[in-house]
Amino acid sequence: MLQHFLSLAVKAAFVENMALAFFLGMCSFLAVSKKVETALGLGAAVVVVMGLATPMNWALHTFLLREGALAWASPQLATVDLSFLNFLSFIGSIAAMVQVVEMAVDRYLPKLYAALGVFLPLIAVNCAILGGSLFMVERDYTLAESTVFGVSSGFGFLLAIVALAALREKMKYSNVPSGLRGLGITFIVTGLMAIAFMLFSGIQL
Amino acid sequence: MSALPRIKTVVDPLFDNNPIGVQVLGICSALAVTTKVETALVMSVAVTGVLVFSNLSISLLRNQIPAAIRIIVQLTIIASLVIVTDQLLKAFFFEISRQLSVFVGLIITNCIIMGRAEAFAMQNDPGRSVLDGLGNGLGYGLVLTVVAALRELLGAGKVFGFDVLTPTSEGGWYTPNGLMVLAPGAFFLLGLLVWLLKTLRPALAEKP
Repeated sequence: MLQHFLSLAVKAAFVENMALAFFLGMCSFLAVSKKVETALGLGAAVVVVMGLATPMNWALHTFLLREGALAWASPQLATVDLSFLNFLSFIGSIAAMVQVVEMAVDRYLPKLYAALGVFLPLIAVNCAILGGSLFMVERDYTLAESTVFGVSSGFGFLLAIVALAALREKMKYSNVPSGLRGLGITFIVTGLMAIAFMLFSGIQL
Repeated sequence: MSALPRIKTVVDPLFDNNPIGVQVLGICSALAVTTKVETALVMSVAVTGVLVFSNLSISLLRNQIPAAIRIIVQLTIIASLVIVTDQLLKAFFFEISRQLSVFVGLIITNCIIMGRAEAFAMQNDPGRSVLDGLGNGLGYGLVLTVVAALRELLGAGKVFGFDVLTPTSEGGWYTPNGLMVLAPGAFFLLGLLVWLLKTLRPALAEKP
């Protein structure tokens, strides 16, 4: 059992890295990777929000939206299929979750709150988080599986964005051709990182 | 902005203000669905449709939306439009909708749509917002189609499913480059395209 979760975690964090294998969360991945410090803050916030939002959306999907999910309320509702409302309810719950996390961080960790600044609310539109919830539905995870999946995909994103930020800090000293500066070279570096992460695909636990 | 002629609202996002190459918006989906031209085209049409209608409805409501909750209102409008798109794709293009899998749903969090709603539709009249949506959708589609065509050509020797460079496995001379089909190939191609764009338009190059 433990082995199963461990292999799921390794797969979500490394082999199927949200940013480098599925291109999810690319907008913030490129925009917030100029300094290691802010990248670390954003990554940590993504881990927390994904770890909370994926199980919550699992509950929404299983008890309210899935075909036949409303059977517990009344037998007449057993045939109702509300899964077309998945997108709307997931994004709503993620936005609400981000708001709650923002208030909690503001109250208990004011330092981190100041460091994250505008990036915290922007997590609501980070594709990695919505993508995590949609993958969870597509792959039929259980509650425990979706929690492990959420936390470890968030961790994979954190790892990737911190690594890229560190590379970009070093790159300030390199002589990059003028047209390639900024976005262009970042794409190419990300591509090289993606190749490195593909090495993990041989790992079988 | 209002001094700009209307045609410029449509043409500008194609090159000079391209959503992917210059504004750095909507890259997530741009890379994921570009292994084949067919899926890239369907995705571009879906995104353009959502973008035009979300710009239209947000621009119509722009004086009614309270500033404090505008993000959630915009998200709700966009999510409803994406649900409609998803149902249409499932009804008429089931095969392609299965290949696009979660990426149809991820149009909701495509930064182009939120970005244009926030930056353009909230300040401009509906007619102009529709044009802006159309222009940005086309600019996005242009990059997507070019990347997809190159990846399909180099990765499988085909364009649109037709053999162009016959691969060695079928008796031809071309050895397909497997890297192009994988994630890193997409990053490299997009990086090189941005380089090309910025070399042709030196004004866009970033200052050191």
